[in-house]
Formats: sequence, C-alpha cells, structure tokens
Amino acid sequence: MKDTAPTVIPRAINWNRLDDEKDLEVWNRLTVNFWLPEKVPLSNDIPSWATLTDHEKQLTIRVFTGLTLLDTIQNTVGAPALMPDAITPHEEAVLTNIAFMEAVHARSYSSIFSTLCSTKEIDEAFRWSEENPHLQAKAKAILDTYAPGNDPLKRKIASVFLESFLFYSGFYLPMYWSSRAKLTNTADLIRLIIRDEAVHGYYVGYKFQRGYEQLDEARQQELKDYAFGLMFELYGIENQYTEELYDEIGLTEDVKVFLHYNANKALQNLGFEALFPPEVSEVNPAILAALSPDSENHDFFSGSGSSYVIGKAVATEDDDWDF
Amino acid sequence: MAAQPLTLIYYSSASGNTQRFVERLGGEALRIPISPSDPLPEIIRPYVLICPTYADGEGRGAVPKQVIRFLNDPDRRALIKGVIATGNRNFGATYALSGRIIADKCNVPLLYSFELAGTETDISRVRAGLITLGGTLCSTAT
Repeated sequence: MKDTAPTVIPRAINWNRLDDEKDLEVWNRLTVNFWLPEKVPLSNDIPSWATLTDHEKQLTIRVFTGLTLLDTIQNTVGAPALMPDAITPHEEAVLTNIAFMEAVHARSYSSIFSTLCSTKEIDEAFRWSEENPHLQAKAKAILDTYAPGNDPLKRKIASVFLESFLFYSGFYLPMYWSSRAKLTNTADLIRLIIRDEAVHGYYVGYKFQRGYEQLDEARQQELKDYAFGLMFELYGIENQYTEELYDEIGLTEDVKVFLHYNANKALQNLGFEALFPPEVSEVNPAILAALSPDSENHDFFSGSGSSYVIGKAVATEDDDWDF
Repeated sequence: MAAQPLTLIYYSSASGNTQRFVERLGGEALRIPISPSDPLPEIIRPYVLICPTYADGEGRGAVPKQVIRFLNDPDRRALIKGVIATGNRNFGATYALSGRIIADKCNVPLLYSFELAGTETDISRVRAGLITLGGTLCSTAT
C-alpha cells in the first residue's frame, strides 16, 4: 500500500548528536533544578500570615493571582507557541520542559492559597484578575504576539519580556516580605520560580540571538525597534499596575526601580543594551539580599560593597581540580 | 612601586554576555575558547580573569569546563592576580559563585561581581579598578 509521500519525515530525537550544545546544557540545568511545591513547608507561614493586615493579605493574594495568570499563559500558549519555531529537535524538548514547569509554577500559587487563605478570598482574587484592566492589558499584549502566523523572533522577544520583566512587579512583594522576615517559606518557593524563569529567559533570549545574527541589518533594526517598542508599551502598563497595587502600602517607587532593573536584564537576555540608566535602576539592597541570600556583592576595587573574598590557600593538585 | 601591566582574560559562552561586557570595557582582552579543541590563549603576563557562572541549584558546575581546563595548567594559574565573576541574582545563593570558587582555589581576591552583561556602573568601576591595579586598559580606554 502506498502512502501519500510525507513532506517531512518523522525523526526520533538523538541526544547524542547535538546541533547546539546549549540545548543539552539548558536541558540538564532545568532537569536538575526540577522541584514541586510540596517540598516547601508552606504551612510554617501560617503564623506569619496572621500578622499581615487585611489590606496586606489582599495585596499578596492579588499579586500571586497576577503571577498565576502569567504562568498559565506561558504554560498553555507561550512555550507551546515557540515549539513550531524551534531550530533543533532538542530545542523543542527543552520547550516542553519549560511548558511543564510553568504549569508547576501556576499550580504552586494555588498551594500557597490553600495553605494561607479562605476560599472566599481566593475566589475574590481570581475574579479581580479577570477584571483588572492592567493585568488583562499585559496578558493581551503578550498573547497578541504569540498568535499563530506571527514572526518567530518577535514571539521570542515577547516570551523573554514575560519571563524576565513582567513577573517582577509581582515577585517584588514576596521578596519584600522576606526582607522583613515574613512569609519566608513562601519566599523560598518564589525563589525557586525566579530561578526557573531566569533559565527560561536566558535560553529563549539565546535562541533569539542565534536567529537575529543571521539577519541583514534592516531586519535587525526592525526587530530591535519592535523589542524596544514592546518594552515601552509593557513598561507603561506595568507602571499603572504597580501604582494600583502598591500605592496604598507606599512601595510604588521602590517597585518601579525593581522594574527598571529587570527591564534592563530582559533586554540583556536578548543581547541588547540597557534602557534605564543606573540612577533609576539601583534596587533597594534589602530586596537584592532577599533575591540572593548569602551572596554578597563584591567590590574589592573601591573598597566599598559588602565584602570581598580572598581565597584561603587551598592545596591543589594539578590533576585534581574538582570544582 | 610601578603597577604591573595586566592582561584581561575572559570566558564567554555562546550567549555572549561576558563578551559584550568586555567589548564595552575596551582595551585588550583574550578569550578562552568555547570549544575544547581550540587552543587556549598563551599567557605571558599577570592577568585578571572574568568568568561567568553556570551553577545548578546546588552550586554544581559553577565554573565552566573550559575555565577549569585553563586554570589546570600551573604556569597559567601562577599568573592569575584576581577574578571578576558574573552571574544573575535570580539564581539566589549561587549568584556569581564561580568567582568565589576560583578565588578560593587560586588564593586570589574576588575583585568584583556583576550581572549578565553588566551595567554602565559596572563598566566604570571595573575600568577604574583595573587601571588602579595596573591594567592594560589605560592605553586604550578613554
């Protein structure tokens, strides 16, 4: 019996033949970093949760619901939308891992909710997330870019902005609570999410750069203009979202600095230069310390900064550099 | 005492963050190649090493294999004067971990750490710092 000739031969993925070493490197990193919310003892935060005011509780639930929406989009639309554009079969496999971890992230917020909140509070927050114009606007801006038929590299730009920028108006709050010794187990869970999103933004940004470098100057300029244009649009929405959420607690300006800092990092993931100057991107040190506990900033040159390290003499065998 | 002339040695993976930092820094710099089959740069002068971090959640694999290979040679290792580490704070406690490991292993100071491709502030601090240390940058940096 004769089949109609298929245009593409289905191929089994061979991880022993790599077109791009970065695929295996990132696959290994993501799989080693795999986690589930059950491993974090969230219930230890119940006494701490009780010390928050009603407004602080509502703010926290809303922020987490906003983050859930972004993770849901990445899980069901964002990462799958990147798969048809994958250059290598290994890239597709990495994207399936990314898609699944986004589902884990989205699921984690519900674990936090069920540990700390009442059903009424949870339902109210999900209703809020569907009605909040700023949250819906950022979701729409990203989803429009992900739509079928769109430019594969523009999709990657949107994906990196979601992973490396849009989450941070939300991530700020658990880092803030953590810096005040509140909800510290919840912060541990959020740090696991932040770690994953950093790999996702890095990897998709890396794939963007591989595509970008193949293009002629005019197309490169078009994409760069698109990226900065989209960043401006998203930044405008994020400002309003931030004001609405954080004005009452008095943290808006601090959050905005954190937005600038993360916008610059998102652009760097794409290989572009920073947009916001250093003077508006110096994040509150307490937030930086909450982000990367036990890792201090080193500035031996100026003698300032928190500390520097001179290695203690380590006896080293030349054939025994077991880093 | 006159400052010793220093070379800048760096590693940058295909994502190119450290490469972009070094380009913006200006001055002469030698790259440790990504491919293990390419020759390592020849070192005749004291140098500062700029190294990214690729740790997993437990801190394993922080120092890139090619940097380990580079430092495994005792002659090359003898000339390292300090390390500058890069990373991403989003990786929490393992941020810029490669610098702490290399500083420890080679008994040299961890001079500075910065994120991704660095900010303007990072560029000016590292530039000034290297010049103070006696870097090669003074002839080319403006």
